[in-house]
This record gives sequence, C-alpha cells and structure tokens, in this order.
Amino acid sequence: MGATILVLAECRDGAFKRSTHEAVGAARRIADDDGGSVVAVALGARATAAAAGLGAYGADRVLCCDDESLDLYQGQAYAATLAAAAERESALLVLVPASALGKDVAARLAARLDAASACDLTEISWSPDGGLKGVRPVYSGKALATVSVPAGVRTVATLRPNVFPAPAADASREATTETLECPLDTSALRVRTVRVELPEEQELDVAEASIVVSGGRGLKEAANFSLVRDLAAALGGAVGASRAVVDEGWIPHKHQVGQTGKVVSPQLYIACGISGAIQHLAGMSSSGTIVAINKDPEASIFKVATYGIVGDLFEVVPALTQAVKDHTSS
Amino acid sequence: MKFLVCIKHVPDTETKVAVHADGKRLDPQAVSKWGASPYDEYALEQALLFRDAAGEGEVVAVCAGPQTCQTTLRTMFATGADRAILVEHDGLESAESLTRAKALAAVVAREQPDMVLLGKYGVGTDEGTTGPMLAELLDWPHVAAISSLDLDGSSFAARRAVEGAVEIHEGSLPAVFTCDKGLNEPRLPSLRGIMQSKKKPIETLAPGDLGLDDPSTTEPKLRWDAFALPPGRPEGRVIEGDPETAAKELVRLLHVEAKVL
Ligand SMILES: Cc1cc2nc3c(=O)[nH]c(=O)nc-3n(C[C@H](O)[C@H](O)[C@H](O)COP(=O)(O)OP(=O)(O)OC[C@H]3O[C@@H](n4cnc5c(N)ncnc54)[C@H](O)[C@@H]3O)c2cc1C
Ligand SMILES: Nc1ncnc2c1ncn2[C@@H]1O[C@H](COP(=O)(O)O)[C@@H](O)[C@H]1O
Repeated sequence: MGATILVLAECRDGAFKRSTHEAVGAARRIADDDGGSVVAVALGARATAAAAGLGAYGADRVLCCDDESLDLYQGQAYAATLAAAAERESALLVLVPASALGKDVAARLAARLDAASACDLTEISWSPDGGLKGVRPVYSGKALATVSVPAGVRTVATLRPNVFPAPAADASREATTETLECPLDTSALRVRTVRVELPEEQELDVAEASIVVSGGRGLKEAANFSLVRDLAAALGGAVGASRAVVDEGWIPHKHQVGQTGKVVSPQLYIACGISGAIQHLAGMSSSGTIVAINKDPEASIFKVATYGIVGDLFEVVPALTQAVKDHTSS
Repeated sequence: MKFLVCIKHVPDTETKVAVHADGKRLDPQAVSKWGASPYDEYALEQALLFRDAAGEGEVVAVCAGPQTCQTTLRTMFATGADRAILVEHDGLESAESLTRAKALAAVVAREQPDMVLLGKYGVGTDEGTTGPMLAELLDWPHVAAISSLDLDGSSFAARRAVEGAVEIHEGSLPAVFTCDKGLNEPRLPSLRGIMQSKKKPIETLAPGDLGLDDPSTTEPKLRWDAFALPPGRPEGRVIEGDPETAAKELVRLLHVEAKVL
C-alpha cells in the first residue's frame, strides 16, 4: 500500500483557490507513482459542502473541520488541526500552497511536528523510500537551490502558486468526506483574526495573476499609472510596480514586484518604464514571457525580455492597449 | 516593556550571486557587504517607536550566527537598541529555520520579553518560517507580515495584507510578530549612536549556554544539495516600427508565438 499525502485545501468564500487545485494535482502525481492516496484537509463552516469537489482535482478523501470559528484564518487552530490530521493519517508528506495563509500555517506545522520545512518549491518529487527532492528559488530567484529530505523524515512543503499545473477538473471523480475535530478550544485562542477588509475595488493580486503589467519611474507621475491600469484591464491582468514608484507613494506597496516586494511568475509580464535593477529582476525574471517597454535601449530590463520595444511609453503603451482591445474583439 | 528584535545577518541585496566551488551554496566571496535583512529594520523601528512613546522599556537585538554578525549588531546599537545578544556559532547562520527558531526560543526563555519582533523573511533564503516556528515553540500568539500594530495595555490589534485583502488580528501579549514594509519608516543610525555603539558590549552566548545542542553535530532535516544560477533566458527580440506597428506586431507575437493571448 502506498503512502498518504496530506494537502491543505484553502477555501475562500466557499470555493477552493486555484493554488489548492495545483497542490492537490501535485499530490496526485506523486501518489500515483506508488499507489498512494491524496487526503485533503478543509476548515471552516462550509468545508464539507465544498469538499467533494476536490475529488475532481485528484483528492481521494477530504477531512473536514466544519467549524464556523475557523472561517477566517486562525493560525494556532489551523496548525493544530493539520497536525492532528498528519498524525491520524501517519502522513510523512504535507503539501501546502505557498499563499499568505499557507506559508504561515506550514511553518507552524513544521515546528509542531518537528518536521523538515521545504519552502516555495517550484519542482517536487517524493517517495516513501527516496524522501523529498525539490527545487526552490533563493535570493529572490537570482539562484536555484536543489534541496532534499531523507526518507522517513516528515516533511512540510509549500508549493509556489502558478508554477504547478492545475489539473483539469474530472467531474466523474468524487472524494469521500470525513469529519475532523480541531484539538484546540477555539473560544480560548489568545489571538484571532477578527475580520477581513476587502478593498473597495476588488483587484487581482500580482502574486496570483497570470498576467502582470508593471509601471516604473518612467511614468513620470502618479496620475500616469492609468496607462498601466488600462493595459492591465484590457489584458485581464494585475497591476505591478517598481519600488521607486511605491516609495514615491504613487501606488501601495502590495503592488511592488521584486526582492522586497512580491516575487511573481506570471505567464506574461510587461514592464513599462522600468530600468530593470537587480532587485526588480529578482522578483520577475522567472515569468514565462517578458515584455519590456523602455526608451533607453541599454536598460537592463531588455536583458531578460522576450520582446522589447524601444520607445516612449506614453506612445507605446496606449497603442498596445488599443491593439490588445482590437485583438480581443476580433 | 521589553522588546526582543531578531536580526538576521544577510548579504546585501545588490549582491551578484555567484556559486561556491562546492556547488552547494552562495560564494561568500561574491558578497561585498553584509547587514541586517531589510525587513528586520521595520522590526527594530517598531520596538524603538513603542519604547520611545512609553518613555521607558528596553529594546534587545538578538542575532544567531558567527562572530562576523557583530558588525550588524553594532548597527542596531547605533540605531537605538539598548542591548545586543549574539548567540555565536558558525553553523547557526545557515542552519535550517527550525534550528534557528529553537535558538531564538531559548533566548526568549532567558530574556522574558513582552514582545518578539522579526522580519517577514530573511532576504536570501526567503523563507519567512522562523517567526511562526518561534511562536509555535513558545505557544505564543503570532501575526505574520504585519503592516500596522496598535497596543492598548497588553492587548494588540494588527493588520496584515493577504492576497487581495487585509486581515485584522486581535490578541494579547506576550506575542510574536513578523514585520512587513509599510509598518513604519525605519530611522538611520545617528552619528552619536555610531560613536556610542563602539563602546557598548555585545553579550555573547554559546549554544551550550542556552541548553541547545551543538548545531554542527545535528543532522539537518532539509539539505541543500546544489545551488545554481537559473538557466539564462533565450536572447530577446526588439520589435521595430512606429508605436502602432510595433504594438500590433507584439500582440501578434504574444498570440501566435508566445501563446499567452
Ligand atoms: C534593499 C533594496 C531593496 C529593493 N527592492 C526592490 C524591489 O523589491 N523592487 C524594485 O522594483 N526595486 C527594488 N529596489 C530598488 C531598485 O534598486 C531600483 O531603484 C528600482 O527598481 C528602480 O525603479 P524604476 O525602474 O521604476 O526606476 P528607474 O531606475 O529610475 O528607471 C526608470 C526607467 O524608465 C525609463 N523611462 C523614462 N521615461 C520613459 C518614457 N517616457 N518611456 C519609456 N521609458 C522611460 C528610463 O529609461 C528608465 O530605464 C531595492 C533597492 C534596495 C537597496
Ligand atoms: N540567525 C538568526 N538570528 C536572528 N534572527 C533570525 C535569524 N534567522 C532568522 N531570524 C529572524 O527571522 C526572520 C525571518 O527569517 P527566515 O525565516 O530565515 O526568512 C528574520 O527576518 C529575522 O528577524
């Protein structure tokens, strides 16, 4: 009999996030190599209601902790519940999406289980006899580390979003559900998430988007960010920024891409008026296709670009927005 | 109130990464400058702000690593820390995060602070696991990557950005926080601070003093087998023509060649 691989299923508004589908898919591929099984863990009031759908992505069973007090992220309780699941299933490998929630809970879980912690993997292989082998970007992507954990050592691994393919849903597969209790008294937590504020306008997060359009100091002033926003909107992408413009206060920090911002790897990254400083490249050079628009042909950003346009962004970006619109409508 | 600020000594972000001859790690020769990880500066600043607002309290900077970390701790003195502790061991800097968290937990047990502040992640290894691990080991409340923190007696309210939203956490001290950009504007070391920092003693402890195992004899659970530069990107292409022509050609290439549209 093969091993059991545990996966944290992260639920948002009653639906699982794409990064969860990716993690379930990765677990499925690993499990299939030796006839193992994939067991997901879902928490929150609507866990059971949503859970069966995970079967379509490759889960065999879903352990559900239907506790309303766990609708929002409660770190201690989530970690304790996952640890209980890992013990109950004797799981040696736990996969967690490397989201804000996932990164936090995975670290807590590793401490709780005294397990190995492998972060932000972009490649993973695992077997009960071989242990884990993985690749993770370090120095914000300026280098790649190959890491391993020996066989028999329990491992908590987080998977970088947007890297592992999300499997196509196979509606003929269903997962069975079981209940799981949180071992902690959730009314006695000494810290709790009391609420979540959504921005007035729901924006796509750069770390999750498959297309990112970023603006830099070449935009000259805050108001001109509309050029970047328009192009992002036409492409259905998220808006990113260099640190220079975040520091100027033109756009909030959550949009910053780079070594001290978010590390992104979308399918398409478009840099407008960004020079390509080492700290910026660190955050985006693993993107699938990179487009650079800059008036300086010597700008470093062109060194990583798949396609470059040397020119004035005030002319090129609106023309590109128009060309994208024409393409979409044709 | 007593604040413990955890400082990781890391290569400067300008570092051009080069591979060590053993093929397993960063070549230290490539690093011209070391210093506190950028996010740790927000952690220190927050402790200084609380101390200065209260007009009393103690800010203790702690670093686990080799003797060379002293320079970074001196900068913390120059910026305003009252005390500095070095848990000195050559292996602690590159030890896996759980080992580092255990060392920091031992310092917490000894110092009994009301609050522990860390960076969101240490640049380089980019993990961000030490803070949450430390909180679990201590069984203390914890909020990761905070962008604001308000205190009211021993109660706190913290905000943290998650994908597309902000979470508001409330709890009670003692607690652990990891700090994100936006929390505050870190001050620079003052000239007077720099002068004074030279005279202040750094308290140095060996892992054994804290009841910890010798990090050089403990087998790491996670091993670094290889360290390599990412594969170079294929040569790019410059698209010529006036803005409209170039834009059209780019959209065509994104559609038929890159297949992203
Ligand atoms: C510790 C540390 C951490 C850092 N972390 C980050 C990080 O996370 N992310 C990050 O981005 N940076 C980071 N930086 C900053 C980084 O070093 C650069 O300063 C920054 O990325 C520059 O931003 P920029 O490209 O927008 O501006 P600039 O370097 O000023 O470049 C502007 C570009 O716009 C072009 N331009 C001007 N006008 C036009 C026009 N009309 N049309 C077309 N092009 C035009 C110019 O040719 C130029 O290339 C960090 C720095 C440090 C020290
Ligand atoms: N060796 C260390 N000494 C002191 N603090 C550390 C050490 N390693 C990590 N930290 C703290 O933990 C944070 C996160 O580091 P990491 O988990 O390595 O990304 C850092 O920003 C520091 O505040």
